[in-house]
Amino acid sequence: MKVTIDGITIDVPKGTTILQAARMIGPEVAPPTMCYYSSLKTSGGYCRTCIVKVTQGSAANPNPMPKPVASCRTEVMDGMVVENVTNNDVLEARKGVVEFLLINHPLDCPVCDQAGECHLQDLGYEHGLATTRYEFPRREFDKIDIGKYIKLHMTRCILCYRCVKVADQLTDKRVHGVIHRGDAAEISTYIENVIENDFSGNVIDVCPVGALTDKTFRFKTRVWFTKPVEASRECKKCTGRVRLWYKGDEILRVTGRKDQWGEVEDFICNECRFEKKKTSDWKIEGPTNVNRHSVISQNHYNNLNELKLQVLKQQKALGFIQIDKRP
Amino acid sequence: MQLTNRKVVVSHKELSFAERMYLPAVAKGMAITLSHLFKKSPTIDYPKKTRPMSATYRGRHVLKRDENGAERCVACGMCAVACPAEAITIVAAERKKGEEHLYREEKYASSFEINMLRCIFCGLCEDACPKEAIFLTDRLVDAEFEREDFIYGKEKLVEKIDKRIDITKRQTQAVLDFKKIPGLRHNTLFDPKKQVKH
Ligand code: SF4
Ligand code: SF4
Ligand code: SF4
Ligand code: FES
Repeated sequence: MKVTIDGITIDVPKGTTILQAARMIGPEVAPPTMCYYSSLKTSGGYCRTCIVKVTQGSAANPNPMPKPVASCRTEVMDGMVVENVTNNDVLEARKGVVEFLLINHPLDCPVCDQAGECHLQDLGYEHGLATTRYEFPRREFDKIDIGKYIKLHMTRCILCYRCVKVADQLTDKRVHGVIHRGDAAEISTYIENVIENDFSGNVIDVCPVGALTDKTFRFKTRVWFTKPVEASRECKKCTGRVRLWYKGDEILRVTGRKDQWGEVEDFICNECRFEKKKTSDWKIEGPTNVNRHSVISQNHYNNLNELKLQVLKQQKALGFIQIDKRP
Repeated sequence: MQLTNRKVVVSHKELSFAERMYLPAVAKGMAITLSHLFKKSPTIDYPKKTRPMSATYRGRHVLKRDENGAERCVACGMCAVACPAEAITIVAAERKKGEEHLYREEKYASSFEINMLRCIFCGLCEDACPKEAIFLTDRLVDAEFEREDFIYGKEKLVEKIDKRIDITKRQTQAVLDFKKIPGLRHNTLFDPKKQVKH
């Protein structure tokens, strides 16, 4: 099926969503997501950050869709024309969505362990207002310990339901869900029932904000002072492919390997995540390639080659150097 | 290219008799020296007197306390990552129950060090701070005998509770206006009574 997103046409199989098609084209046109997670079934459809405008429903029915649609939950039709960053209305609407997401959000990034790798920060930076119009007290909750490794800071939660899907799909006994609805909704472990499943630690990785955080890493350092490296080990429960975050010689935390969309490649088990914090436990594969625009790349020079290429490209564009002048 | 017109062409003429006596030259020199006795001195009598300094002079840092005397810094590390000289090292810790009067927020810097030998007094740390915790001041960094003494820890950086450092002149109108926006958590002191519970 042919679909055109921001003027770029791509052929995709039936059943693909607009979001997946946009991701196939590349990060320039892919809408941001807060709740969709490709490896979790039925995720998406809660946050509305991924809205796009469909200016032509399909080749058979060229009428536009009346309202912006959530691209993570809308399948493409043959001949569909979609506008994301090229449509000002979409950007305006997304700004509104961000404002709603931030209404009850404390924005206490300076004390939040997620800062530096937080999707809400990126979203707010790109689409948000510099000030707030909200003058009422924001809702606040006490922090809750979920088991001995995870801390839930409900105040920062944006109710994306990703952790609920993890609890549902990765662990056998679900003890974690959303109670109440609307303004009063909150994530709960059903009377602080301890999550003790082997894969419960993955809720930390899927949480797009700093609501679910690693207690073994709590306040240890800021992520941009750590050095990520890829490592692996033989593990009976999971693939053992992880990312280690070093400060000096010390492993401060272990996470899954996140791809360019911020989604982990493999879900890892709690043993790998919380109990293997010695270099001798791991086989190091090499430094993580950190995006140059991420604050985590500050003072890390492992992507030097990429950097050189970029500089070269820029210089070429400016006409500083000419390549291939020789016959 | 001629930059100034103070160029003098050196000549090696034979000295005349009067010149060889040197006395006129000595007298001329003495006259210049003596004349300075009656001129206004370009130096000042430091440390009894000091030169006027701009209120926004970028000198020795201060870590501020808030209205209640609690430390404002939350060890977010923004200053350390902004610092081009990599002069700042911070270790964070979690505030315990009963320490609310000491630290303004749930996280604080248990150790905060600035290496004054590395610091270039650019003021980027002050710009980066989201908590109005670190400011440069018009005080000078003292001379020391040992290099270690230039690594200022919290005991030298945090202002004394009874000897506050005035930084009001460093804040621009934009900052002062920003602080008037109601509902910004940044501006309000933590008050457990006002907390909304669900
Ligand atoms: S969750 Fe993200 S936006 Fe919210 S306080 Fe933490 S870092 Fe800031
Ligand atoms: S004034 Fe500049 S060099 Fe000195 S500590 Fe602050 S950021 Fe670093
Ligand atoms: S001084 Fe300011 S910028 Fe630096 S760690 Fe403290 S709160 Fe953050
Ligand atoms: S990502 Fe599509 S609605 Fe949240």
